[in-house]
Amino acid sequence: MYVYDEFDRTFIAERAAQFRDQVARRLSGEVTEDEFKPLRLMNGVYLQLHAYMLRIAIPYGTLSSNQLRKIAEIGRVYDRGYGHFTTRQNIQFNWIKLSDMPDVLVSLAEAGLHAIQTSGNCIRNITTDQWAGVAPDEIEDPRFWAEVLRQWSSLHPEFTFLPRKFKIAITAAPHDRAAIKVHDVGLRLVRNDAGEVGFQVLVGGGLGRSPFIGKLLRDFLPKEHLISYLEAILRTYNAHGRRDNIYKARIKILVHEIGVEKLKADVEKEWERIRDGYLKLDDAFLADIRSRFIYPAYETLEDEPEGLKRALAADARFATWHRNSVAPHKAPGYGIVTVSLKPIGKPPGDATSGQLDALADLADTYSAGEIRVGHEQNLVLPHVRQQDLYALWQKLDAAGLATPNVNLISDSITCPGLDYCSLANARSIPIATAIAERFADHDKARSVGRLHLNISGCINACGHHHVGHIGILGVEKNDREFYQITLGGKADEDARFGDLLGPAIPYEEVVDTIERIVNRYLDLRQSETELFVDTVKRLGVEPFKEALHAVH
Amino acid sequence: MPYIKKGEIADDPYVRLGGDEPVPTDVPVIVPLEWLLAQTPQSLEGRNVPLGVALPNDKPESLLEPYLPRLSLIALDFPIYRDGRAFTQARRLREAYGFTGEIRAEGDVLRDQFLFMVRSGFDAFEVKKDKDAKAFAEALQEFSGFYQPAGAGDAHFRFRFAPPFSPAMKEGESDA
Repeated sequence: MYVYDEFDRTFIAERAAQFRDQVARRLSGEVTEDEFKPLRLMNGVYLQLHAYMLRIAIPYGTLSSNQLRKIAEIGRVYDRGYGHFTTRQNIQFNWIKLSDMPDVLVSLAEAGLHAIQTSGNCIRNITTDQWAGVAPDEIEDPRFWAEVLRQWSSLHPEFTFLPRKFKIAITAAPHDRAAIKVHDVGLRLVRNDAGEVGFQVLVGGGLGRSPFIGKLLRDFLPKEHLISYLEAILRTYNAHGRRDNIYKARIKILVHEIGVEKLKADVEKEWERIRDGYLKLDDAFLADIRSRFIYPAYETLEDEPEGLKRALAADARFATWHRNSVAPHKAPGYGIVTVSLKPIGKPPGDATSGQLDALADLADTYSAGEIRVGHEQNLVLPHVRQQDLYALWQKLDAAGLATPNVNLISDSITCPGLDYCSLANARSIPIATAIAERFADHDKARSVGRLHLNISGCINACGHHHVGHIGILGVEKNDREFYQITLGGKADEDARFGDLLGPAIPYEEVVDTIERIVNRYLDLRQSETELFVDTVKRLGVEPFKEALHAVH
Repeated sequence: MPYIKKGEIADDPYVRLGGDEPVPTDVPVIVPLEWLLAQTPQSLEGRNVPLGVALPNDKPESLLEPYLPRLSLIALDFPIYRDGRAFTQARRLREAYGFTGEIRAEGDVLRDQFLFMVRSGFDAFEVKKDKDAKAFAEALQEFSGFYQPAGAGDAHFRFRFAPPFSPAMKEGESDA
């Protein structure tokens, strides 16, 4: 956990006060809606179909139990008792009144939370691996660097009116859980031949209507130059990114149009000028930030304690959940627990205030008071003693938070879709819940194995459909909802986009079609260990095309 | 349109010239970029009144490099509020080219940009609304510190921000 000091607390309190003044000027008519729009977006306030929506940042996906309680309180007091976790480590509330927004931001600030730059054409909330700091395979905790970037990017004077939004993700593990290849800038902490830690820098990835995989801009950037290099990238983008067409304004289009070599030449020329100036990170500053990351004092424990073994042998439901939801921790005797927010029949990624309070209590008891949020819209309890897993599971189960479907087909990434969003062409949530219900028998879903289902209600791709093992994209045809299906996408270190299966199908046919695709996979796979996405990789989409047509 | 210089509403000494107007030699003027580029830097040496130029936001600052010693002002444009290219132009003019004359913001210049503009190197403003112009000093006091340095004067990360042009600062100057 990063602990705010007086400087940080003052900054977000002043930001909340500034927004209160901006809202007052809007409500008095002094500021027009057009002028207000960039101001409210920079504070995470969207105008949606039914009301204003507030998107709160969860920087690098880490929350304390008190912060989670604060979020639960906001839901209870100002909204309808639930919130929606997004794919970029934010939580959204859909029913907050504009006139309440200043009070909400002040209340959030009391807990060290804010909504700064969760929207708008600026540098967005920096995201990372939800297992950061506890994953056995990482080089170092990437959240430290994400915090450096949070500070640097907050109210940056030069980069707050960019051509379009700018998303940065960072990972420190060889297995990429932060989808860095589909971000405007992706950073991977790496060690060079001399054993020094630095960054591999990718640029120009993204989804939306023109999806691109990020391209390598620099193989190794010494860490003291992180900020100056990013400023050189942002400066080049701010000056040269397209502003004539919002659909062509992301840096991925600039990279596509001028080529990564030309971009690199421009960036490095600017970087040469500034790299050894005041943006060079000095050890004292880094040490100061590092000192404010507090880690739990791990006990000396053994892996697989006797109590756990007994419980696994005695309780089949617990064993099923354990196999599905507990991952290895870097500290012996501990586990990383993923809490599925995809219970069958409920909108994916939603959580009630009651559930958030329950999770905050469980985090205090079992996880050093810490909770994580991942881009798959699930929560994580990152520091659970293996000997406590059975007790934790019983309590999660009682709160409806022990659905053992992590990474299964019912654990979909789903955007809000036409039920909430003013951009959507089609509904997403009812598709996700109907598919989850079709695979509600977890034994059946488990026999299918790991299968990432990603659903977007429009081409903006908030549900990351391009990188789903199965991707579903809602489109509109003659005022009806149709859905395109792609197969074989991946969001990890081997990121690729799925291939189109065929023509779009109407709403009513989606669930049956998905089931036929899954059944086809079960027929085609070489063995039970060949994952869906690997079968698609081996055979292509061709053998799956028959699933588009019902057998009458 | 109110003009702010040194933090206060002031009279604009410059005459703004359009495309084909003759350029007088006896009053301060802001000329179009095309006019400037049609002159040689040497031909401007005889001028003894201030000369400014308006740089569109899709033109690189490097075009001005040979003329910078002759220029007392560069006007940068915000054609719409959310088009932020001039922030980069201002910062590069200050840092890459060491320009110390007036950098003026013009166009869709609103209160909520003042802090960003000041921190990027602007020191003069043609403000769209009277009410915003009157709130200039107040707008610069919304934050007591910033995380990122954006100019050599900011010195380091996480610094206390002293609003420039404040009365306290001016008193300090007059005491000296």
